[in-house]
Amino acid sequence: MSLKLKALLKSPWVFHLSTGSCNNCDIEILDCLTPRFDIERFGMLLAGSIKHADVLLVTGSCNRQSVIRLKRLYEQMPKPCLVVAVGECSLSRGMFIHSYNCPLPLDKIIPVDVYIPGCPPKPEAIIAGVVKLIEKVKKDKLSEKTKKAK
Amino acid sequence: MTRESVLKDLKERFKADIVEVFDKSDKRVYIEIKPESLVKIANYIFYDLGARFNIASGVDIRHHIEILYHFTIEDINLLISLRVRLPRENPQIDSLAHSFEGANWIEREMHELLGIKFKGHPDMRRLLLSDEWPEGVYPLRCDYKEWDKDAIRDRGV
Amino acid sequence: MAKTIVPIGPYHPLQEEPEFFMLTVEGEKVVDIDVRVGYNHRGIEKLSEMKTFDQSTFVIERICGICSTSHPFAYTRAVEDVIPVEVPERAKYIRTIIAEGERIHSHLLWLGLAGHFLGYNTVYMWVWKLREEILDAMEILSGNRNNYAMFKPGGVRRDIKAEDIPDVLKKINSIVPTLEMLLKAIADDPVLHARTKGIGVLSKEEAINFSALGPTSRASGVARDVRRDSPYGAYDKVEWEMIVTENGDVFDKVVVRILEVLEAVKIMRQCLQNLPVGEIDLNIKDIPPGEGIGHIEAPRGETFHYVRSDGTNRPVRHKVRAPTFMNLPTYKATVVGETVSDATIILAAIDPCYCCTERMAVRNTKGKKLYNGEDLIKLSQRKTERLREKYKC
Repeated sequence: MSLKLKALLKSPWVFHLSTGSCNNCDIEILDCLTPRFDIERFGMLLAGSIKHADVLLVTGSCNRQSVIRLKRLYEQMPKPCLVVAVGECSLSRGMFIHSYNCPLPLDKIIPVDVYIPGCPPKPEAIIAGVVKLIEKVKKDKLSEKTKKAK
Repeated sequence: MTRESVLKDLKERFKADIVEVFDKSDKRVYIEIKPESLVKIANYIFYDLGARFNIASGVDIRHHIEILYHFTIEDINLLISLRVRLPRENPQIDSLAHSFEGANWIEREMHELLGIKFKGHPDMRRLLLSDEWPEGVYPLRCDYKEWDKDAIRDRGV
Repeated sequence: MAKTIVPIGPYHPLQEEPEFFMLTVEGEKVVDIDVRVGYNHRGIEKLSEMKTFDQSTFVIERICGICSTSHPFAYTRAVEDVIPVEVPERAKYIRTIIAEGERIHSHLLWLGLAGHFLGYNTVYMWVWKLREEILDAMEILSGNRNNYAMFKPGGVRRDIKAEDIPDVLKKINSIVPTLEMLLKAIADDPVLHARTKGIGVLSKEEAINFSALGPTSRASGVARDVRRDSPYGAYDKVEWEMIVTENGDVFDKVVVRILEVLEAVKIMRQCLQNLPVGEIDLNIKDIPPGEGIGHIEAPRGETFHYVRSDGTNRPVRHKVRAPTFMNLPTYKATVVGETVSDATIILAAIDPCYCCTERMAVRNTKGKKLYNGEDLIKLSQRKTERLREKYKC
């Protein structure tokens, strides 16, 4: 594991991006920050700008207008970085698979490291997902495609 | 103001413009009008009867395109829907955006999703679709076909 | 003075619909605003036409996570208007309970965010903690924190068990003391007054012209509420008051929302206590050809659905109008003429779940970056600090 990746795991800063979601996953991500769940105790912090972030949380079904921004944000992100797909829409587009405005699933656009299913996933599931991601990186089990991108 | 007096008044005042009145229930009335008299009647309902503009909804029903303009008169709990029928080839109608602000966005939406032209609309840019969307393809028309060759529509299992 | 363009958005963590605003500013003053939406367009109207009437309820629920009750409510009422039928009494009460629960959590969510923009992060954390109680109550009632899936044309899918009612009542009653204290705190705070009073005023005439809805119009003195004007559900059987204030500024919008939460608690309590016994579902088999309209009062205003059927099991056309569609253009009337540091809270006051400030950047016409999103929140928060010192509190 590279030193950069190791440093990233201590206190991962997340940036959250909605690509045409129904807002439910976004609210649950925000719920993680508030007193009941409080992910800040694990050192996770919601970053205001993509340039400060280590982890990209993507929600929503990637509509035509936001795909352009999604690609641009992924390019701007400091590498190495990790991508987490939150919710059914960003996993497979869920019920929006036949929508004229959602042509591609997220993992065909950028490499994804962890998928958190649910509509919406509970805050507990989101926290568990991020913890799994950290363990995955620690054990050096990232896929070849992701490694290449990093 | 009662429900009967409003309907009677509308029927008398716009005798020449009304094609058909369909009295569905005590809360809903559908009035079919001639497209050229839309602005006149909509203004009367909005300003003189004090109605609220709910929304307009465009429907493509194979032979022609229909627009319904929904107005609510809250005091008497009545929802008036003005129906206009437009030809499917080159549908055009006068814009209501100058009469009241609320009609501005919905006309932009109908323009891009159904391809209806609103004559005299101040700002006919795209509202919802992205810039890469091709001109002349209207997703809510019933003969819409997928134009994007790269789109993936199966889950890969 | 040179004009500067301030792009706000389109990406930010909390927003309901990612939008893109272009503020044109002269110094500190906003002189023009333009909005670009469509970052969230998923073609739901078309999708709904591909599904059966029963499946559509689930698609409609996913229009918006916060309004996941309002849309199915309006949709099922539209389908019932096509036939036409009236749902059983018990189903009406259950629908009202779920709808009011949603109103409470939606308003609390907004209140927390508004606190955050004004530099009161205490309010943000506090109110969101309070909101968890309501989400717990909804989980007891429906089995999920959001997306309740309770509605179906002709009734509800799931009954409320008698043994759950005391727990739910306890949960919803527990938020009242904190809210009342919050209301007093807001009424006494000179800093909050200075930040919100007389800011972003939407006059009564403008509210009517823009056809503004919900708390946005009620704060401007336009007494519009579908629950009162065209009663549905159990709203004509319980006691509640419509909250209307006169000034139309941000302060009034805050007050209207807090008072509405208290009213919603009142409605929920009465419904749970007087829940009638009986059927919960009509088991509708066929939908005849025809058209129907359903409109209900969502937390942000009137939600309007138009459904047209041709006698098959799928709708021919399904038009959805969310309240924000009518409320968004009122920015043109409220933001112009105000300062940049107030723009965040004015844009937020209409409750589009606005939080684009996280991705906000101020650029001058040459393209040099002046402020980013965090700076703008800081700008807003610094103004609060200054005022705090001024008022010594």
